[in-house]
Amino acid sequence: MTEIKGASVVIVGGGVTGLSTAWWLAQSGVDVLVVEKGIVGWEASGRNGGGCGHVTSPLYPEMLRLWPVMDELLGYPTEFSANRIQVAVTEEQLAVQKSSAAAVERRGYRCEILDSKQRRKLIPLVGDNVAGAYFYHFGGHANPHRTVQGYAWGMQDHGGRLMQHCAVTGFRTEGERVVGVETERGLLGCDQLVIAAGPHTGRLSATLGQEVPMQSARAEMIVTEPLPVMVYGGVDGNGLHGRQTLRGNLAFGGGPHEWLDLPQRGVFANPSTPLMGHIGRRLIEMMPKAAHARIIRSWAGVIENTPDGRPVIDRLSTFPNVVVATMSSVGFGLSPSSGRAIRDVVVDGTCSFADISSFRLARFARLESDWRELQGWVALAMEEAA
Amino acid sequence: MKIDEKSVAGKELILQEQTQLLVIGAGPAGLSAAIEGAGRGLSVVLIDENPVPYKTMGDEVPLHYGQGMSGVARNRNAMIEAFVTSEPLIQVAFDAGVDVRLGTACWGLYANGPGVHWLPGTVAGLADEERGWLIGADYVIVAAGRRDMGLGFPGWEKPGVIGATAAITLATRFGALNPRRVVILGTSAEALTAAAALRDAGIEIAAIVEQAAEPVGPDHLVTELHAAGCEFLTHHVVREALGRASVEGVLIAAVDKTGRAVGEERRIDCEGVVLAVGTTPVVDLLAALGCHITFQPERGGYAPKVDADQRSSVHNIFAVGDCAGIWPAKSLDRSIAAGEGLRAVGAILGEDFGSAEVSVPDRPAYDLSAYRMAWVRASVIGARGDFHVCQCEEVTAREILELRPPRYLGWQTDRRNDRSLLSLLDEAPPNPDQVKRLTRAGMGPCQGRRCREQIAALLSLQATAPLADIPLAGYRTPVRPLPLAIASQLRESADQAQHWELWFGIPSQWQPPCEVPEFYTVAADEATIVVDDERGGHD
Ligand SMILES: Cc1cc2nc3c(=O)[nH]c(=O)nc-3n(C[C@H](O)[C@H](O)[C@H](O)COP(=O)(O)OP(=O)(O)OC[C@H]3O[C@@H](n4cnc5c(N)ncnc54)[C@H](O)[C@@H]3O)c2cc1C
Repeated sequence: MTEIKGASVVIVGGGVTGLSTAWWLAQSGVDVLVVEKGIVGWEASGRNGGGCGHVTSPLYPEMLRLWPVMDELLGYPTEFSANRIQVAVTEEQLAVQKSSAAAVERRGYRCEILDSKQRRKLIPLVGDNVAGAYFYHFGGHANPHRTVQGYAWGMQDHGGRLMQHCAVTGFRTEGERVVGVETERGLLGCDQLVIAAGPHTGRLSATLGQEVPMQSARAEMIVTEPLPVMVYGGVDGNGLHGRQTLRGNLAFGGGPHEWLDLPQRGVFANPSTPLMGHIGRRLIEMMPKAAHARIIRSWAGVIENTPDGRPVIDRLSTFPNVVVATMSSVGFGLSPSSGRAIRDVVVDGTCSFADISSFRLARFARLESDWRELQGWVALAMEEAA
Repeated sequence: MKIDEKSVAGKELILQEQTQLLVIGAGPAGLSAAIEGAGRGLSVVLIDENPVPYKTMGDEVPLHYGQGMSGVARNRNAMIEAFVTSEPLIQVAFDAGVDVRLGTACWGLYANGPGVHWLPGTVAGLADEERGWLIGADYVIVAAGRRDMGLGFPGWEKPGVIGATAAITLATRFGALNPRRVVILGTSAEALTAAAALRDAGIEIAAIVEQAAEPVGPDHLVTELHAAGCEFLTHHVVREALGRASVEGVLIAAVDKTGRAVGEERRIDCEGVVLAVGTTPVVDLLAALGCHITFQPERGGYAPKVDADQRSSVHNIFAVGDCAGIWPAKSLDRSIAAGEGLRAVGAILGEDFGSAEVSVPDRPAYDLSAYRMAWVRASVIGARGDFHVCQCEEVTAREILELRPPRYLGWQTDRRNDRSLLSLLDEAPPNPDQVKRLTRAGMGPCQGRRCREQIAALLSLQATAPLADIPLAGYRTPVRPLPLAIASQLRESADQAQHWELWFGIPSQWQPPCEVPEFYTVAADEATIVVDDERGGHD
């Protein structure tokens, strides 16, 4: 295999996790190269709901600090909009929301219940029929596509490099170090390696003797034509998560996911299903004034999940110059701070701004080998068509 | 083994009805397939979205109607009657026992395959003006026809600038084409047959405009139109469509070999401009399902890969007629499309036709890629002013090629956004979907039907990559804009509704870090699960 120009840090995966890491590293003057098998953000990072956050994550406070300044830091617009509103269509949902709101308040965040006048003003598409809504004075939403590209361009502006359409096929090791990354285009030398390959992180880490346990699943979203822009677009409720984009489209998802095996050639097909209609029904129950709006696309994305649904950001014990990083299905919103945490681990060995010990890989040391079956996280047998 | 109740495992997808054969499209190919299938004992449902309601035409769905329909198109009953009487085989299909449903659109095809295993079989999503539902089918024959490449120039958003397929349909089947005098752009076999058909329907052809040095279609059609008094203006393009409320005329100019306008502009009075520079197969349903679609210039651009039986890469899905490929002989002789329909039914019934009757495209008479790119270079890139290539999202060619953030962001003046298309390229040609994500070009309610071929040509010109190398911009269901109120009628199983979750429903995902145990095992997790009130979404 011929050697082409490697980098001090090579990152496998051009999703938000890898790209944010690369952007933070490049800003610190580190020579970094991202290797992506397709186009940046082509998997989950460009197919998600754009919701910002995961309130119980140790990375959450730093995320809250960063999002409002990301456009400035990156130099490219992310379409970040602050705050979220939780709508309860039924009294039963309202009871759940009430205790959720109490729980986040206990963590020190501010929530308030909106009266019907406020609802009509702030979220006019939501029906007068709903049981209630909570305004969260934190969190928000952003445009995944713009954010992905913003990280990539921002990283390149700081001297980082990107190789797209280039799959990583293996690793070259010497003793306890990975010294090179084998790709479709040749060998890339590296001092340190970050594996941020989404659902493929498990498979790639396994080749280095320490597998990040994970399973992938497909989830779906729908988007409507643009509607008049509401004051706040980050609305969840009635079993849906999503946002009204700054252009006015309603982009919402939710409902059952489908567990999948990793595809043979590494590329997910991302088909959507008639679940679209069931998402649509819940959307108009919540926003009856949007009933006339037309769905113009639906899509699916494949999501990474660890057995406990929590991220892994850690060094491999088998090859300590390798950092594995996967955010376990809540990676978009947290990406500003996840990239910073991973940068810290790569450069300083430890995260400077949060205690991320709950992300360590060793927590799975005693995991049952058949954990997927035990949790029911297995692909269905396929019923063949006629 | 445990079942994850929050997943699709065990959830039933409820279908409203089931048929052995679903045929989509009641043109010559679909009708012959449906009649043959019913005659040979299959239960057959044949659907066609036509005649589409006036309002839908106004939304440019499924064709580029360019607001060119007259008031006649508002009369639903008259439209249905005209649709049936203008195609005698529809009555034959009724009589043969085909379950014919007009005004019924198929907005999605679904089947198990890579990435989805939970479907009960092949499923189609249907809708009429009031209802939306699912039908299961053992076999599907897609006969979705053709549509036209859009081609922009200043003023092309004016009522009266209309795709050739829409113009022919309105004029010849419904007598509902508003413009009475039109300029035709393009000279392929399809363009010239459109000109002839419009002429026969009493529409005056003011001129036939062609950027190339010579007409590219068959000589006999050129001769016929010449003889009938049509003026051919080769090495010309439309510089602008004029008019207040609608097209009242065009300014045309000569172009040199590089497509640059030279010499004086001339005005031609007309009420319409018919875009006939590129007829292309309607592959939306097939592409969204995951059938293998490749760029095949001899078939009119992106077309499904089909075998000698018209079978697509998905074994129970067939493509017949124009949606499987458009070439001059097929455009001139409908028995070729009809034959494809018969062969597909034969294949479903397990017959072997041998290779004798296989329909094979003509050898292309001109280089389709070069031709389309030349039109876009002369008309779009060479335009004397900015106009919206993507009319829905109002994106200009310059904004596409400079990857400008959409205007609503107000980042227009920031120099940091001067990122040319080339900044995305990396050992591969530009991908229209990536450009769409960044500029919104092709992202609007017409679902890219008016701009995708133009954008592909723009990208190929800018990146100096062959047009054939520009990937097909993705199609996603619903391939027709579908009101939420209609989509929401799809039935849902009680089991699914009961277990519906906003996200994965993994309780430990929402545990605060301080509560995270040192070791995670499934057994320990199950023993400690508490109902927790912070579970939820991405906020
Ligand atoms: C429908 C949907 C809705 C969602 N909603 C939200 C939300 O609202 N908020 C939120 O925070 N999160 C959401 N998520 C989850 C979020 O999108 C993911 O957690 C996040 O994008 C993961 O980013 P990543 O970079 O770790 O992985 P990915 O985006 O999967 O990126 C990994 C990249 O690695 C590349 N790669 C893999 N293998 C190789 C190889 N061998 N060589 C080279 N490259 C390789 C892949 O091509 C891919 O681009 C949603 C996801 C989906 C699908």
